[in-house]
Amino acid sequence: MQATRTKPLDFYNIDEFFTPEQRQIRDTVREFVDERVLPIIDDAWMEGRFPSEIVAELAALGVFGPTLPEEYGCAGLDNIAYGLIMQELERGDSGLRSFASVQGSLVMYPIYSFGSEEQRRRWLPALASGEKFGCFGLTEPDYGSNPAGMLTRARRKGDGWVLNGSKMWITNGSRADVAVVWAKTDDGDESSVRGFLVERGMRGFTARDQKGKHSLRASDTSELAFTDVELPADAILPKSGGLKSPLMCLTQARYGIAWGALGAAIACFEQALEYSKTREVFGAPLGAKQIQQERLAEMLTEITKGQLLAYHLGRLKDAGVATPQQVSLAKRNNVDIACDVARKCRRMLGANGILAEYNPMRHMANLESVYTYEGTHDVHALILGQALTGFNAF
Amino acid sequence: MKIVVTVKLVPDTNADKRIDPGTKRLVRTGIETVLNPFDEYAIEAALQLKEKRNDGSTVTIFTMAPETGKEIVRKALAMGADDAVMLSDPKLEGSDVAGTSYAMAAALKKVGYDLLLCGTQSTDAITGEVPGMLAEYLGVPGLTYVRKLESDGELLKAQRETETGYIDVAVKPPVLISVTKSINEPRYPSLKGIMGAKKKEIKSLALSDLGLERAVGSDGAKTEVIALASPDVRGKGKVVTVADGAEGASAIVDFLKEKKLI
Ligand SMILES: Cc1cc2nc3c(=O)[nH]c(=O)nc-3n(C[C@H](O)[C@H](O)[C@H](O)COP(=O)(O)OP(=O)(O)OC[C@H]3O[C@@H](n4cnc5c(N)ncnc54)[C@H](O)[C@@H]3O)c2cc1C
Ligand SMILES: Cc1cc2nc3c(=O)[nH]c(=O)nc-3n(C[C@H](O)[C@H](O)[C@H](O)COP(=O)(O)OP(=O)(O)OC[C@H]3O[C@@H](n4cnc5c(N)ncnc54)[C@H](O)[C@@H]3O)c2cc1C
Repeated sequence: MQATRTKPLDFYNIDEFFTPEQRQIRDTVREFVDERVLPIIDDAWMEGRFPSEIVAELAALGVFGPTLPEEYGCAGLDNIAYGLIMQELERGDSGLRSFASVQGSLVMYPIYSFGSEEQRRRWLPALASGEKFGCFGLTEPDYGSNPAGMLTRARRKGDGWVLNGSKMWITNGSRADVAVVWAKTDDGDESSVRGFLVERGMRGFTARDQKGKHSLRASDTSELAFTDVELPADAILPKSGGLKSPLMCLTQARYGIAWGALGAAIACFEQALEYSKTREVFGAPLGAKQIQQERLAEMLTEITKGQLLAYHLGRLKDAGVATPQQVSLAKRNNVDIACDVARKCRRMLGANGILAEYNPMRHMANLESVYTYEGTHDVHALILGQALTGFNAF
Repeated sequence: MKIVVTVKLVPDTNADKRIDPGTKRLVRTGIETVLNPFDEYAIEAALQLKEKRNDGSTVTIFTMAPETGKEIVRKALAMGADDAVMLSDPKLEGSDVAGTSYAMAAALKKVGYDLLLCGTQSTDAITGEVPGMLAEYLGVPGLTYVRKLESDGELLKAQRETETGYIDVAVKPPVLISVTKSINEPRYPSLKGIMGAKKKEIKSLALSDLGLERAVGSDGAKTEVIALASPDVRGKGKVVTVADGAEGASAIVDFLKEKKLI
């Protein structure tokens, strides 16, 4: 019910600059998260289980690949609306946002951008409607920050290909009907990297969940193995070419993360603020103490700066002029401040802050993955450093 | 079948509400406006009926509200309704229940309908009287508190809630039906629906389009609010700590005696 939602944190009235549709999209996802995600997420996280029971509803809302055109069953939204969706999903849990990021930015986007018309028609409507799931396989056990070193190979065989290698840390891997797998072709260098659509059930393709995570527990992370997987000729994404193709996908996803991380930060902040008004220490509310007020003020400042960054980046992206480096800066900053906010909130809550019924520790733990994937904090510093100085410091 | 859903725009149910002591009316400025949550069930019922019939039936949203409410009406359109009609006129301000229903009835006759769906009540004035009065002014059967609704050929089959059970009724349109919260679970508007709503038509009607035979708004109100008061704030309860049940019982008896209640 629309009337029960809580107001978003918006100290600088950025809301006024959103279109009515952007606001309504944000509010709709917000309400969905309040009603459907928050009541179940703590348990799912503690059990280390992806809450698959809400996926059908998420798909019906239209959060998968929402910026892609309507002719493929998507909503044709602008990038600010997309960012707001990611923010609200991650206000629920980073695992949920990761699921949507992977499905939309890392699976549907490459099929749309590098796929043939037949591949688009076959996969995009099914992925948008949640009938099918996808994953994105770039990282390998020994090549994370440096994907150019990847060992996975696709070799020509007749019309088709034979795929060998393995991928690790693959979100949604065990659940995916289709894996977008990046491999070097024949014995080429990084310019020979191409994308392949590998389907569940193909002989020689297995996926296994990685267990024992202290982070992103409400999300599946899997290992993929390919042993002489025979791929038909139409498995290749024909317009993919070189390592820049997967990096283009990552730029899409990173943009969403810059917004998403704010959602996690806002969730923690709102809970800590509320707590500061009700918890009494030394005869006064926590929020009446100067140290805590300064802490709250600092968090509000960082979140607000992050919101302005995300909003302006969205405008650049909608104008078609955002650069990957600008996306790097926003991902790096917003995830970093979110990690910091989550930890500060965790501490403000005292012992309660370690409990599952309060959200900061869950977000704090989740954000460590977000800090690491899609280019670590360091990697984005090196990208920015290179943009500034011209020196490659990798 | 032409289905029309009457939808009220109300102040956010979470917001602190204030009554202006001068006009004795709810202050609506500075508070976010939302769709009356009860009316979302009526919209959902309409959409389900349309989808089930799949015969070109349409769903029109009708509201009597200031023009500023257009953005909120779009939310109802985003859920899947086809179009909307707004009756807006500054002269409607201050209408009481009878005036509201009278003006709505006149507008709805213009709009036309086979089935008129309403919520049970608003979340601001909460009289729950509009559906009944509206049916009366329109001269159609009014089935209120319906918790189940099915279409069966020419007929609509409705189950009405009563205090002790329910009544099954079959009715031939035109008819007014108000639905309760137990009828369904309203859908979330889809993101595509939100974008699509931008292109849907919202027609405007003013009082001059209706040819009313009596005054509405504050001039035509048959009722007048004389006084408004908040209920007394209840103080903290008295807590008595006792050793056992017997001691507790006598403490209660003493308390009641002291209050001269026994
Ligand atoms: C939960 C989770 C989900 C993931 N999902 C996916 C997915 O769906 N698909 C996918 O392909 N991958 C996924 N990843 C993988 C992720 O992208 C990688 O873990 C990430 O790129 C870092 O690689 P690495 O773990 O090998 O770390 P490494 O590259 O080994 O880095 C180790 C440390 O060295 C630092 N470092 C690296 N290079 C330099 C340098 N040149 N100079 C200084 N310091 C450096 C890093 O910042 C880091 O601190 C996921 C990871 C996690 C944790
Ligand atoms: C402070 C205050 C004082 C008031 N004083 C008086 C008074 O003195 N005398 C008096 O008679 N009334 C009074 N009212 C009631 C006011 O006139 C009502 O808001 C109005 O008549 C609608 O009734 P309701 O909100 O109770 O609707 P309800 O009858 O509770 O609503 C039931 C259903 O009717 C439909 N509906 C109701 N209103 C509309 C609408 N505008 N557009 C479309 N559909 C609608 C909806 O489907 C709704 O779910 C007062 C209200 C307030 C807030």
